Amino acid sequence: MDWYPLFNSLRIAALSSVIVFFTGIAAAYYAVRLPRLAKGVLDVVLTLPLVLPPTVIGYFLLLLFGSRRPLGMALAQICVKFVMTWYGGVIAAAVVAFPLLYRTARGAFEAFDETLAQAGQTLGLSNTYIFWRIRMPACREGIIAGVVLGFARALGEYGATSMLIGYTPGKTATISTTVYQLWRTGDDTHAFFWVLVNLAISATVLLTINLLERRQKGVQRA
Amino acid sequence: MSLHVEIRKRLGDFVLETAFDAEDAVTGLLGASGCGKSLTLKCIAGVETPDEGRIILDGETLFDSARGINLKPQQRRVGYLFQQYALFPHLTVERNILTGLHRERDTAVRQRRLRKMIEMMQLDGLEKLRPAQLSGGQAQRVALARMLVNEPRLLLLDEPFSALDSHLRDQLQPQFLALLRSYGRQAVLVTHSRDEAYHLCGQLCVMENGRIVRDGATKEVFADPRSETAARLTGCKNITPARKIDERTVEAPAWGLRFTAAQPVPDDLCASGLRAHYFHPRAAANRARVQWVDELEEPFEWILLFRYVEQDKSAPPLWWRLPKDRKPAAPPDVLGIAPENVLLLTR
Repeated sequence: MDWYPLFNSLRIAALSSVIVFFTGIAAAYYAVRLPRLAKGVLDVVLTLPLVLPPTVIGYFLLLLFGSRRPLGMALAQICVKFVMTWYGGVIAAAVVAFPLLYRTARGAFEAFDETLAQAGQTLGLSNTYIFWRIRMPACREGIIAGVVLGFARALGEYGATSMLIGYTPGKTATISTTVYQLWRTGDDTHAFFWVLVNLAISATVLLTINLLERRQKGVQRA
Repeated sequence: MSLHVEIRKRLGDFVLETAFDAEDAVTGLLGASGCGKSLTLKCIAGVETPDEGRIILDGETLFDSARGINLKPQQRRVGYLFQQYALFPHLTVERNILTGLHRERDTAVRQRRLRKMIEMMQLDGLEKLRPAQLSGGQAQRVALARMLVNEPRLLLLDEPFSALDSHLRDQLQPQFLALLRSYGRQAVLVTHSRDEAYHLCGQLCVMENGRIVRDGATKEVFADPRSETAARLTGCKNITPARKIDERTVEAPAWGLRFTAAQPVPDDLCASGLRAHYFHPRAAANRARVQWVDELEEPFEWILLFRYVEQDKSAPPLWWRLPKDRKPAAPPDVLGIAPENVLLLTR
């Protein structure tokens, strides 16, 4: 039994979630502060990956990172290659998952009571402290929801991933590309096995979140 | 102790242009909502930046647009009590107060000061609760504790009682005043309630539309509001357009009356006001025949509505407020008012 697709999918989803956590939160934080017009434009650009077909995103990523493209060639100089490599999968998953975190985080930041940050400032707390210890905990629920959705989306990513990194067993194979590959070659038994693995992971993630939420509410009530 | 504020800030169509020197222990900013009171406080605290002007606290410049000085709120050491208290919802009462003690490095000292503050604010037993579990009065005390433990040089109080029930408000005001006195630092209090302003503030600035229309000792402002807005905000119910006749006489055409005033009538007089409490059937001055319109009963007072006999049909009736035990059996035909109670108002 080759467990590589599971390992690869998990590391791609985990790494892209980390990237999306920081970039999504930073984008949301600054977007909230923009004037209305700039915010509207930025919002459209940052949300596009959510509504575009993943294959279109894969196409754009190939335009950007292709081995004959300026950026792709520049990256090749420092031995970084995103086409047909597992870390290309991290980029593809991150782009697709980004809007989910960006939008939920932005909603949470917009609902945040700015007087809490102002109270922190007048008490002499640093802006960094206020961000991580007051703003983020107050927006915790929205951000956790965003991370979970992003992680789940990254784990299930197929279109952009298969365009950018293809399917190479033991190298770039993820659960979703493996399911397709096995089904295409008529290996229904193994395809079904990977479907079950995917189901188990997704259910575990969602269960964990529900448990976390319940515990949090319990703490607040106590 | 002194605070000098002189700021200008434009927000869309709204222009805030305030200038005042706070000299009293508690200075009030009285105004209707949206007049710029809270914005003024936020500029003093540094969480909002004025377009231009100067803010000087005890000789230290906090903000000066001409000299390019704009201290961060963290550097100003100015305490701010928010209208909804702005307690950190995810922290316990204890940890909320501890955020005000973050400058204290010594853990033992920090704990000692925390205990002292909890005791002083009567928060014993609430240490482990979260803000959502507190009553309004408790939340106010936690917010005060968090602010005071930080030892600010100036206290900015933004409608501190507006989030409380009215009975609690009246109960808490004396304690609040005692606390401000014992802390011994200057405070600026924003309010839309004339009672609060009168109870708590020695000095009062009346604001309208981003400007201060009257500034002075609170009792003087109530006795002689000078502007129509100040008269209205200090609770004057009977205001009518008026013009100057001579040095001591005003004419109010809508009431068909001339009044004698105790003070010299200003040339730019535009209105006159009569406080509802000051009418008297046996007053010697400014007597006129009245017709009774209606009466409204309040818990401890009567409000009698009347019109002067010569009064213009379109002018609303006047209010006479009197304690229940002073209500005459039959309403009098004539009411007078002392010259010193005729308010002379300009724009």
